[in-house]
Amino acid sequence: MFNYKTKEKLIGLFFSTTGIMTLLILIGIFAFLFVTGIHTFSEITPTDFFLGEQWNPAAYGEPSWGILSLIIGTLMMAFGSLVMAIPMGLAGAIYLSEIAGTKTRELLKPAIEMIAGIPSVVLGLIGILFLSPLISQVFGLSHGLNALTSSVIVGIMVLPTIISISEDVLTSLPNEFREASLALGATKWQMIRMTLFPAALSGIVAAIMLGLGRAIGETMVVLMVAGNAMAMPTSFFDPVRPMTANIAIEIKEVVTGSLHYEALFAIGLVLFVMTFIVNFISDIIIENRARKYKW
Amino acid sequence: MVSEHSKQKIYFVFFQSTMILSVAILLFVLIFIFYGGAGVVNLNFLVNMWSHREITQGGIFPAIFGTFLLAVGVSVVSIPLGICTAIYLNEYAKENLLTRTIKLAIRNLAGVPSIVYGIFGLAFFALFLKLGGSLIAASLTLGCMTLPWIITASEESLKAVPNSFREGSYALGATKWQTIKTNVLPHSFSGIMTGAILGLSRAMGETAPIIMVGATFFIAHLPSSPFDKFMAMPYHLYILATQHSSPYAREYALGTALVLVALIFMLNLGVFALRYNLRKKKAW
Amino acid sequence: MVDNKKLKGIYLAGALLLIVLISGCTTENKIIGEIANNVENIEIKGSDTLLQLVSNMAEAYIQNKPDAKISVTGGGSGTGIAALINGEIDIADASRRIKEEEMEQAKERGINPWEFIIARDMLSVIVSKDNPASKLTIEQISKIYKGEITNWNEVGGKNQEITLYGRQSTSGTYSYFMKKVVGGDYSPYMMNLEGNQAIVDAIKQDKLGIGYAGLGYISDEKGNPVGGIKIVEIAKDENSQYISPLDESKHSLYPISRPLLQYLAKKPVKDSMVYNFLKFELNPEGQEIVKEAGFVPITSEDRNHNNMLWNKI
Repeated sequence: MFNYKTKEKLIGLFFSTTGIMTLLILIGIFAFLFVTGIHTFSEITPTDFFLGEQWNPAAYGEPSWGILSLIIGTLMMAFGSLVMAIPMGLAGAIYLSEIAGTKTRELLKPAIEMIAGIPSVVLGLIGILFLSPLISQVFGLSHGLNALTSSVIVGIMVLPTIISISEDVLTSLPNEFREASLALGATKWQMIRMTLFPAALSGIVAAIMLGLGRAIGETMVVLMVAGNAMAMPTSFFDPVRPMTANIAIEIKEVVTGSLHYEALFAIGLVLFVMTFIVNFISDIIIENRARKYKW
Repeated sequence: MVSEHSKQKIYFVFFQSTMILSVAILLFVLIFIFYGGAGVVNLNFLVNMWSHREITQGGIFPAIFGTFLLAVGVSVVSIPLGICTAIYLNEYAKENLLTRTIKLAIRNLAGVPSIVYGIFGLAFFALFLKLGGSLIAASLTLGCMTLPWIITASEESLKAVPNSFREGSYALGATKWQTIKTNVLPHSFSGIMTGAILGLSRAMGETAPIIMVGATFFIAHLPSSPFDKFMAMPYHLYILATQHSSPYAREYALGTALVLVALIFMLNLGVFALRYNLRKKKAW
Repeated sequence: MVDNKKLKGIYLAGALLLIVLISGCTTENKIIGEIANNVENIEIKGSDTLLQLVSNMAEAYIQNKPDAKISVTGGGSGTGIAALINGEIDIADASRRIKEEEMEQAKERGINPWEFIIARDMLSVIVSKDNPASKLTIEQISKIYKGEITNWNEVGGKNQEITLYGRQSTSGTYSYFMKKVVGGDYSPYMMNLEGNQAIVDAIKQDKLGIGYAGLGYISDEKGNPVGGIKIVEIAKDENSQYISPLDESKHSLYPISRPLLQYLAKKPVKDSMVYNFLKFELNPEGQEIVKEAGFVPITSEDRNHNNMLWNKI
């Protein structure tokens, strides 16, 4: 039989091995994407790629590789979703944290998190069947496949993230903040507005960033309701072609190793970097808060 | 001048209405799916094989089975590895800048879009490793996607166990592993399981990655080996919604959505019940 | 107790995973070999236009041969051909001919695609049922899709802007239409929808829309047009007859008649599963399924094309 010291060492080794294995896997994923994507730039210049307005690899004549309209499509859809999700999210978070009674909160929190559990393809289905015709009717458009429809649905998807994290941030503020403010004669709303909110602000920004990351990465919903036209969108009533949808559409037809294939990986890299940065900023903010407020 | 109290009332009513609106949206989604799809869901729908020529005769059993197999595959690939990595990161790795950076990096990987994992899976598992479009390629792909999530969730649970628990154990002479086994794991168990199941339910609802690595629309037999192609509910739903020309396609899409959502909600409810019960027992 | 069980569970799962992976690696080559020889499995992928037709074929075929294993997936002709070139599948469904670059890529990888015509499609142009503009020449359609004609009143409709609906670049229908009808690049304002049905649905909803779709999606089994849309009658040029794709007597004159194809990765082995399945599709029973799906059975010219290859087997 092993003595316990050897057993300990083996167990420690086991965990170290699994840990390092996982890290290697995750690094490997990024490396693979990087190597494949970067190779694109041996044939397409970065200026053409990032600033070119036309993405048309399957063109009749010369293919063009500019992803600007795709980037704008992603940003429009993502920020559009935040326009809806931020006010609703903050209002919900404040309500849950400061106004609602315990029982209501226990009921509502899981309900909100359930929204996050609905698969995106299901929401896309509802978009096609219900929201898209509704929006075309309400705004007098001939069809509802545009940035607006996708922003609304993605906004719904991002809402639980913002509510949930902002609520966590608010509830973890020390009670002394509330008591001091109220003791000075503030109404509840004044307390929330002038004391809690500024203290929670950076945490709320972190929550919003996480929501932004989710919105940027959404694929199925936009595939189904964004219209996916190549042209540069000029308003929210125009169809958009976010990067995620573009990859999903075109990856199936490319032959491995072709320029088109590599270019799609390059777009994937752009997505990876965008979401990584947004999440990273959010994380740094939360870590700083943790240190400040000694969670 | 509007008094502070009136202002407060207005704002609070606004906040409450927003909350009601959010819940209303959830209810609307559920009712829409239920109302639209319930007409189609019956025992036949759930246990029969899919029929193309007359979709009213067939059922979505292969898609349900495929989703189930995928869930098993993803669990096997990502849950043990994820939990062990979290244990390593939180309990064994030295507390230095490198470890912190790694933890941060993993947390961010959890936020990377599913389609990026999808193209990785296609390029690496399906093509480079020649696994082709198959259950195993899809499980590995979705597994990679779920891995950061499970690591992060497990890590949060482990971190939440106060250090005093560990220190007390060491003070009594226990080894590191004994401490983890008896003092840390039991208390983080609910959090870890919650994270695992939530990650799993997220993977079950994913469509984009599996389109590229093995999901098919029609297959007459159930997958008999990990190298087989398979049907899965999210992809099935997607095709029914956008490409099938039968006049009943929409209804069947909603029916599939209903089954999928019901499955995910049952998983989530189970998790919440688990969390609620286990939290009650916690003393701190 | 809880943690011991869990730990055992983790070890077990880890061991299982290792076993699966190891056994996978050793049996993998065997299975790939089997697929390549078409012994047990037929993998079909490609055109969305053909998706339902070929799925129906597969289903009918399996009723007679229950041990057959066939899987059919969509994704577009481009997807199917790419998969064929990558060596992943047995048959690629295509609603357009293989491109030169694809042929070259195939040859580079040692794949020699065999082309068979299994059905005919009268590719149709559709507009909303309330749209008065229902007769168009090829040139008008081309200009509309290039974005040169943007208002319905230029082609006999009301004073309203045209909404363009098309497929995605993976689609054979997209490529075929672009080459044969538009003769140039699509307008960047064209919406890229995922399937034939998506286009039909869009036209049903958008009164100002124009779209293109395979015959099987715009008519039912009896040959009547699907509700909510109007099928455009097309003339080769201003002096020719305007023909509807539903008019069976004029099928040979319809300007946008295209073959629906299947590409095999290599010469089919006689009596192999792929061979038998192909034979089934081409015989009267298979062609009846073509009609049921709303498409047109192959012409005698198509049969001659097929026989040239068939006789070499």
